[in-house]
Amino acid sequence: MSDLRPAEPRIRDGVRAALPLAPSPILFGLSYGVLADATGFGEAAAIVMSATTFGGAAQFAAASVLDAGGTIAAAALAAIFLNARYVAIGMTVASIFPGGRLRRLVESQAIVDESWALSGRRGRFEWPILVGSGLVFYVLWVGSTAAGTVVGGVLEDPNALGLDAAFAALFLALLVPYLRERRSRQAAVLAAAITFALLPAAPAGIPIIAASAACLLGLRR
Amino acid sequence: MSDAWIVVALVGVATIALKSAGPVLIGRRPLPPRAQSVVDLLAPVMLVSLVVVQTFGGDEQIEVDARVVGVAAALVAVWRRAHVVVAMAVAAAATALVRLAA
Repeated sequence: MSDLRPAEPRIRDGVRAALPLAPSPILFGLSYGVLADATGFGEAAAIVMSATTFGGAAQFAAASVLDAGGTIAAAALAAIFLNARYVAIGMTVASIFPGGRLRRLVESQAIVDESWALSGRRGRFEWPILVGSGLVFYVLWVGSTAAGTVVGGVLEDPNALGLDAAFAALFLALLVPYLRERRSRQAAVLAAAITFALLPAAPAGIPIIAASAACLLGLRR
Repeated sequence: MSDAWIVVALVGVATIALKSAGPVLIGRRPLPPRAQSVVDLLAPVMLVSLVVVQTFGGDEQIEVDARVVGVAAALVAVWRRAHVVVAMAVAAAATALVRLAA
């Protein structure tokens, strides 16, 4: 007798699901390595950050704020605020992790936007897909960051190549999908206004942290 | 220890905690809806602010220079559904060209 229900996925199904998306973390990781190295963030720091933070936008933000002369607190807060969405994402998959707390702590590090999206593709979240694809993205992300720092080391004046504008383009590309929602658009306009108002007045990094107050628009009914 | 390393440590520890909060502590309980709305807005708010600073940021002033051309070109690329990395390359190339011409 054959069982017609779809088989429970395994870790290797998650690995396979991740492979078509491989170019994205590779190119993204390479560019992070190049930019982090070119802005003086440091090769080893960039690689360790990829291995521990494992979240592209936050890592770019930290390098960007430090490069602009921002304080440690401003750089760290900007990155942490960007990763705050992982609390919400983690909630949606909280119940699929097996085992004790330590195991759940370790395996939840496989959560990134892409692995989370893949894991829900069959209408419910599947742990083997999340962990298997997360593992692939992790290896590619850390490896390509390391490769990027090697490439970045040979660049002499990164801003002559427009790398500062490339940073801005990255944040812009990540922002656009959020703007489909009305409330996100309103908050974005307010955040932009706060940033423009504080740019001429406050030290580097402060305008970004102050602009985060715009998320309090979410308290409105 | 350099500034970058301190940031790496702070953000690393925080992110590990943020990712594991749901799976380790919360289980199946959802966030209260209004807290959820605030968290949902954090990412777009931070991103738009980063775009503004990275495009117009100067030494405590607003500067309009070659970066604006690059970011405008990237906006067109994003509009036409280009990949993130393509948008970055477009911005870099346009900015570099303007600087070369200047």
